[in-house]
Amino acid sequence: MAGRLPRTAAAFLGAITILAIAAGPTLACGGLIGPNGAVNLLRTTTLAAYHDGVEHYVTAFQFAGGGGQFGSIVPLPGIPSEVVRGGDWTLQRLVRETDPPVALRDAFFAAEAAGAQVILQTRIDALDITVLKGGADEVGRWATEHGFRLPPDAPEVLDFYARRSPIFMAAVFDADAARERGQAIGDGTPVHITIPTTNPWVPLRILALGRTPAERIDADVYLLTDRAPAMLPEPGDGANGLILGHFAPATAQLLDDLRSDKGMEWVPDSAWLTKVGIDAAAPDLTFDLAIDASGQGSPSRVAAGLGPDAWPLPDGRSPVWVAVAVALIVFGAWVSLAEVARRTVPPARPA
Amino acid sequence: MARPLGRRGTILAGLATVIAVGVGLAAGMAQAADLTRVEIRIHYSRFDPSTIVVPAGRPITFIIRNDDPIDHEWIVGDDGVHERHRAGTEPRHDSRPTEVTIPALSTRETTITFGQRVTWRYVCHLPGHEAYGMVGTLVVR
Repeated sequence: MAGRLPRTAAAFLGAITILAIAAGPTLACGGLIGPNGAVNLLRTTTLAAYHDGVEHYVTAFQFAGGGGQFGSIVPLPGIPSEVVRGGDWTLQRLVRETDPPVALRDAFFAAEAAGAQVILQTRIDALDITVLKGGADEVGRWATEHGFRLPPDAPEVLDFYARRSPIFMAAVFDADAARERGQAIGDGTPVHITIPTTNPWVPLRILALGRTPAERIDADVYLLTDRAPAMLPEPGDGANGLILGHFAPATAQLLDDLRSDKGMEWVPDSAWLTKVGIDAAAPDLTFDLAIDASGQGSPSRVAAGLGPDAWPLPDGRSPVWVAVAVALIVFGAWVSLAEVARRTVPPARPA
Repeated sequence: MARPLGRRGTILAGLATVIAVGVGLAAGMAQAADLTRVEIRIHYSRFDPSTIVVPAGRPITFIIRNDDPIDHEWIVGDDGVHERHRAGTEPRHDSRPTEVTIPALSTRETTITFGQRVTWRYVCHLPGHEAYGMVGTLVVR
């Protein structure tokens, strides 16, 4: 584990925050839906990097064999300005930093409507990537019309994200094309997404998409920030499903290694490395991970999906009708009390 | 001090309270007023209401509104019906009034006359939907 950063190095930390989500070999991503309606849970690693108001999001899709197409939907905190092929070893290197392999393991990674606005489309290797802007209905319809078979919890989960950020990335992995390209089973296609945003957060609830109540979510989240980050929910001993597994300054060797990968030249000279293990029953993973990268120690409840903006009214009833009903009840009670008061308290007589 | 409102004020107060209560009740039990027309809303892959009571021997029109961006089914019947559909392969249902496919963000109507008193279930049999909780109870009295 690295020691404390020298004071001169710490001076760089104020301007740079890197958030990295990385998965060990057991991580499964949510949202991958096969053509037969079954959910295909592939391993995934994602790196979200925050630097000068820009989040770098790196994820990878694994060629798991078979044929046909597989889709993935990933909620994003903002509209990407660029989607390109990612580096080759960044994600694996992060995993090795906190979980040194006894023997070198292959790290296989995969990321996870009509009316939806297509912001960006690109193809990276065997991946067709579309960035969408729209509400849950629009994105859900778009996905359905483009061959995604969304699981029954998709409407609620899409709505959960669309309330905070109506930006989604849909990726279709063409296994046939991958085979034609000579990709072997286990080969990953890394994707680097650049997202200007002032409010980075890590989507966790999407990992439970399509999972049954008996299933557990097992994943690792790496955060690389300019200083010790504040998180919500706060990782601890795992009582809330989040385990704080590593919390220390990043080693210079790690940062050098990351910086030498393709497209990773922005990696700072110093940073704080945090590892958060996720071990939760699927129904319990109803939140995201909010990060306060400013150093003020106030991660957003809304960004975590815990804020009032994320709470729907029961049964989807219109808040207008509820407000009207409450107002009428209050008004009726006030008038009734006024009438009772009038009858029980004699009006003052003029002297 | 509040200004006395007299008898008119009392009446207004009572009226306001009645309206308020009515609005609240209407939000949750809209279909109760007309037993021959039953509205079912599908939202977040759940049926609302999840229990319906209708009379036997009269045509009942079900208006099923799917507010979700994914397709759903509304299939009502006895245990045997549901057992068949769990292993069924029909992609869509539109030929039997007791079996209806409701595409995403759309509404479908179907009219059924139940000849006898039964208690059936209505279920969405798309993959994973029943296990997720898309199940309701229909009581015919």
